[in-house]
Amino acid sequence: MFKRLATTEASSVDIEVDGRSLDARAGESVAAALLNAGCVPFRHTPLSGAPRAPVCMMGVCFDCLVEIDGVPNVQSCMVTVRSGMRIRTQHAARKAGA
Amino acid sequence: MSAAREADVVVVGGGIVGASVAYGLARKGRSVVLLDEGDDAFRAARGNFGLVWVQGKGAGAPHYARWTMRSAAGWPALARDLADETGIDVQLTQPGGFHLCLNEGELAERRSILTGLRAALDGDYPFELLDHAATARLCPHIGPGVVGASFGPLDGHVNPLRLLRALLQAFAQRGGRLAAGHKVVSIARTAGMFDVATEAGHFQAARLVLTAGLGNRGLAPMVGLEAPVDPNRGEILVSERLQPFLHHPTAHVRQTGDGGVQLGDSKEDVGYDDRTARAELARIADRAVRMFPLLGRVNVVRAWGALRVMTADGLPIYETSASHPGAYVVTCHSGITLAAVHADTLSDWILGGVQPQEIAPLVAARLKHVQKTSHH
Repeated sequence: MFKRLATTEASSVDIEVDGRSLDARAGESVAAALLNAGCVPFRHTPLSGAPRAPVCMMGVCFDCLVEIDGVPNVQSCMVTVRSGMRIRTQHAARKAGA
Repeated sequence: MSAAREADVVVVGGGIVGASVAYGLARKGRSVVLLDEGDDAFRAARGNFGLVWVQGKGAGAPHYARWTMRSAAGWPALARDLADETGIDVQLTQPGGFHLCLNEGELAERRSILTGLRAALDGDYPFELLDHAATARLCPHIGPGVVGASFGPLDGHVNPLRLLRALLQAFAQRGGRLAAGHKVVSIARTAGMFDVATEAGHFQAARLVLTAGLGNRGLAPMVGLEAPVDPNRGEILVSERLQPFLHHPTAHVRQTGDGGVQLGDSKEDVGYDDRTARAELARIADRAVRMFPLLGRVNVVRAWGALRVMTADGLPIYETSASHPGAYVVTCHSGITLAAVHADTLSDWILGGVQPQEIAPLVAARLKHVQKTSHH
């Protein structure tokens, strides 16, 4: 769906999405890495189960929520990828205390 | 917009209280205009916690406790009627509610208030006082700092925003007219008719009900009444949606029908300031996490402040004007709990019928010599 522009050189960063290893680019957001890898939808909403993916990519729409390193409902457009990061897409309401 | 509009009743104030009263009057077949000031008004109806709450209300005022219990008993019918008429589920549940206590002093105070109420109501007042273990059996997930709780089997909660929407929609479906953007500037009475002048028009009716919350203070004297009400701020935080874990409302924490968890109950005398204050939000969050430690890592998605409509003794005012027959003032801070009686019994009184005996003592004159209390 998305293609990276070959405008800048950047080293690669290993992340894991739903148990699958992904090659992200240093300095990009988790949301950008997931979109580039075609991981859509990012989540299904807790009430209606509607599929969601990022709209704004700037911290406003809250549609890019994913679980990052065990913390659910994180705005993935606001977090920069880090080597070894474990990401899970979300498909139900969060369980408190889990 | 200058043409006078006539109705049987003009209701001033389109919050929960006004919408409940207006819906009740429309159900009795009356033509009703409901005037709403606008989006810059203080709107308790859009900022409140959503409890249908009995336990602890009416200490020292058993008539008010009875009025509250009567409304709680009428709530299932109101919710059912609104669902039938509008298709809107207001998410009412009345499984009983907890007032969790974090120290022995609080628990002793609950015991004192509730046993006093039970005595004043001749024993007709159900509640239980529970220690930590008994509370945990009924309400899992409480923290070790919860020393106990009072449990009120009549308590419940609703979604207050859905309630407002359902009341207004049901009102409109029965021919009621909601006029938004009408701040009332003056009220005159000639030849048995009230003429209500707003910034945008005139409305006329033989009967007038003031349900404008904090606005009632300025409006009531226009028709020979008094409404000495003051703002009292409450702040609320709401979490991301979670799988259901809390099946009873509590006085400070409740999980909504959509899964979000509301944390609340501050009582702040800060005048007409409905913003949030970080220190108070932190105090609310800290108390909620001590009550339910599993909330500790949950994300908060919004916080807001809203102003309660409070009298010096915390009780409502229901009064009809001696000098301006046909004018009524209705003001309270428990518009959600009392919605069922406001939408039913109260309309008979406003249409000239008998005043419910529970509210007879709730006239403004009682407040002349009352010291401000924290009773709600």
